[in-house]
Amino acid sequence: MSTSTERTFRVLIGKPGLDGHDRGAKVIARALRDAGFEVIYSGLHQTPEMLVSIALQEDVDCIGLSILSGAHNTLMPDVVALLEAEDASDIFVFGGGIIPDEDIPRLKDAGVVEIFTPGTPTTDVVAFLREECTRRLAARQD
Amino acid sequence: MARHMSDEEIVTRILDGDVRAAGRLMRRVDDNLPSARPILAELFSHTGKARIIGVTGNPGSGKSTLVNQLIGTLRKRGHRVGCVAVDPTSPFSGGAILGDRVRMQQHALDKDVFIRSVATRGNLGGISRSTPAIVQVLDAMGFDVIIIETVGVGQDEVDIVRLADTSIVVNVPGLGDDVQASKAGIMEIADLFVINKADRDGVKRLRRELRTMIELGEGFGEDDWKPKVLETIATQGDGLEALADGIFEHLDWLDTHGESERIEQDRLDHYIALIATGQLERMMASIQQQSTWKSLLQEVSSRGTSPYEAANAMLSKLREAIEGE
Repeated sequence: MSTSTERTFRVLIGKPGLDGHDRGAKVIARALRDAGFEVIYSGLHQTPEMLVSIALQEDVDCIGLSILSGAHNTLMPDVVALLEAEDASDIFVFGGGIIPDEDIPRLKDAGVVEIFTPGTPTTDVVAFLREECTRRLAARQD
Repeated sequence: MARHMSDEEIVTRILDGDVRAAGRLMRRVDDNLPSARPILAELFSHTGKARIIGVTGNPGSGKSTLVNQLIGTLRKRGHRVGCVAVDPTSPFSGGAILGDRVRMQQHALDKDVFIRSVATRGNLGGISRSTPAIVQVLDAMGFDVIIIETVGVGQDEVDIVRLADTSIVVNVPGLGDDVQASKAGIMEIADLFVINKADRDGVKRLRRELRTMIELGEGFGEDDWKPKVLETIATQGDGLEALADGIFEHLDWLDTHGESERIEQDRLDHYIALIATGQLERMMASIQQQSTWKSLLQEVSSRGTSPYEAANAMLSKLREAIEGE
């Protein structure tokens, strides 16, 4: 554990905006914990500014945004843009929640790396994040 | 920040208060990377100014909520506040859910507050092994009060006392015999007792029990610090001014009684030991990966060599490794 130089992945699971449905966020947080990730959970009703500030203090590998309010087209690109403004675009953003299929290409164009819609097995999410985090952490010059 | 930064640049940035650089160094510390050491060594001369407050207590006693309110109270008094919030690592997966921030949301945009969540990563003392070094980084950044919130503890997780100037133990009424049960462990380390959720039944009884326990404790001399018992309702912010006053009263007492210096020496002594054992353990882990070690292990399991001889072999390999560094 702490004696090896194996890296531990850190993920921020954030609930931006006004919706109060955090079951999905908690399911993902739990699955990631069980897969060996350290998961920082923000709680409800965060602004993109708050989430980016937390991500920098916590030095996470990625931010997962769970949005069920329909505001994903604004909130997700906002988080990506704020990370860029902080010179922190090596922290990647993924999303989940009620996201219509037709919105997904636009979100990806805006820099959201992946969108997981309802019904995605948590094992898929874990596998994707593990691969992406491994690749990016290896590129970091620590 | 894809480009590489030199150690000097990282040090300069952290001293300038750069959150990103500090956050990344803390990650190196948490992952026990040797590359953290020269940077921490450079930062060391800029540390020693912060006062360190430990907050500990049973799970569910309201530590995070209390710490959140305390940060707010200290901010109103003009302090810059760092916070290390510790949560347990799952012994099965090695993962963790770090949820203390849920109760500390209101400080997310305050540049004079820096909160870092850490997982215990197998450490049993109520904090992580990385906590002392993370505190140093916050200290070097100029946060003048640093609060450490331990994991929810039982009776024996008292590492915090080696790190904090002031240790606060949070209790809640209604847990009955818990005070009795935990007399021997965390109850002995408190400089301040907080009875949180003080709007619940059983406050009087708990207050009486704590006071009795304090009276029955070590014979307090006239000059000794006698632990105070304070009451809060953290969800409403009640009792926080008195708690902040109590903290500074204790810190003043430490200063005027020469205790601050003793605490700092103890803290550094412990820190040095932590660094040294960390290095030894890393060397040991790498020896355990060697094929010669694995064949020695075979001999031990077939009872050809005793574990004691093997341990001696480990020690001479460690000696070689130390001399080789």
